[in-house]
Amino acid sequence: MAKEPSIVQIKGIREGLMVSFGDADWEALTSALINQIDERPTFYQSARMALDVGSHALHVAELASFRDILSEHGITLWAVLSGSSTTEQTAQNLGLATRISKPKPVETIEAAEAIPDDKALWIQHTLRSGTRIEFSGNVVVFGDVNPGAEIVAGGSVLVWGRLRGFVHAGAEGNEEAVVGALEFSPMQLRIAGKIAVSPKKNSKGNVEIAKWKDGNLIAEPWKSG
Amino acid sequence: MTAKVATVTSGKGGVGKTTAVANIAVGLASLGQRVVCIDGDIGLRNLDVVLGLENRIVYDLVDVVEGRCRLRQAMIRDKRLPELYLIPASQTRDKSAVSPSDMVRLCDDLRQECDWILIDSPAGIERGFRNSIAAANLVLVMTNPEVSAVRDADRVIGLLDAEEKGPVHLVINRIKPSMVKRGDMLSVEDVLDLLAIHLIGIVPDDENVIVASNRGTPLAFDNKSKAGMAFHNIARRLMGEDVPFVDVENQGFLQRLFSGRK
Repeated sequence: MAKEPSIVQIKGIREGLMVSFGDADWEALTSALINQIDERPTFYQSARMALDVGSHALHVAELASFRDILSEHGITLWAVLSGSSTTEQTAQNLGLATRISKPKPVETIEAAEAIPDDKALWIQHTLRSGTRIEFSGNVVVFGDVNPGAEIVAGGSVLVWGRLRGFVHAGAEGNEEAVVGALEFSPMQLRIAGKIAVSPKKNSKGNVEIAKWKDGNLIAEPWKSG
Repeated sequence: MTAKVATVTSGKGGVGKTTAVANIAVGLASLGQRVVCIDGDIGLRNLDVVLGLENRIVYDLVDVVEGRCRLRQAMIRDKRLPELYLIPASQTRDKSAVSPSDMVRLCDDLRQECDWILIDSPAGIERGFRNSIAAANLVLVMTNPEVSAVRDADRVIGLLDAEEKGPVHLVINRIKPSMVKRGDMLSVEDVLDLLAIHLIGIVPDDENVIVASNRGTPLAFDNKSKAGMAFHNIARRLMGEDVPFVDVENQGFLQRLFSGRK
């Protein structure tokens, strides 16, 4: 039986199944994939799937409903790879991974200068419990960081709001990184390799900056200049 | 008629979702609305017990989804009010017996027949939760004034935001005014400060809630209790009425009058 070249490619990777979508519209691609799944339901049962959607720009409704359809077939969608920043954003909102993690090279801690000063991630909403932000540069949050939320940044972290969650700045070893917030009471704070747990105090409205000083991690009220 | 689908969820278990669904349903039905409650907690059904309809179950949600009966046959009518119905959960199956798109289809079928569909979500953020919010037009997030419950509510609100489900309203259940006053319990302000979403109800702690649930007669049938009133007020706010909040944290009107005279 001569098969037309498939618009959907499926292969096995270490983390499960990797599905790559070719060039066709979203409807056609998803139904082609579902057809393939329906042909061999036992093979796909309880599979973990990563999906490479190419340049398709997907919004929450489309991706969430496709995830639900997959879950009805017993498939867990855990990652979505895409060249479109809209899709990446959507996937992150839905708590899906946007890259397949490679085993970490051993010598990561020394990348201090590699962080471009001009690159920052701008987050314009409150980070609620269960949200995790990972970024290689600086992170600016315009909103609160609630208890249970996590930020891991290669550079510095500034929170224009209340910081009550977990922050790790300079995660790749940058001891110059700082963490600041309008209301500073993080659950736990790390800069590079140092860990600090904030003392229980009523810290309403104290603008503070935390940084390394003489080998210690200290937080002090912010002063200009 | 086009029904609004309202899901009651919380993340944490035991904060009072099922009781709230039963009481808000009674509240809406006594305002003359046609209300269908769906128990989304497949495998651990409770709503039928709280509504006192346990002995009348013939078909359940899974029977409807799997085509063993018509929708109408699974709707148990509560005889105490003209237009209150329950679709019970199955007790012998689990969450995977129903999918999110099943729920969307079911609610689409029901929408023509009633004014409100209230869905009682199970605790957690897994399949049962996804089923329960799939068709929701609005979501009521319940929490108790406890740090752990508020943390879970925050997580759920984050998930609902990500799924673009909304609007999301907050119900704070089991406030104990005396404990708040002593500083031993989070106040309404503390909870709102963290969660920062629209507040639709404050329900004071009331032992009668437990008695009523055990009897299968939701408290909202009796207008006199404070908790029953609070649930009626939530129903009226859902109908778009602007109902002022009763100040549960300060003891009462009279006491405040007297303390003001000193």
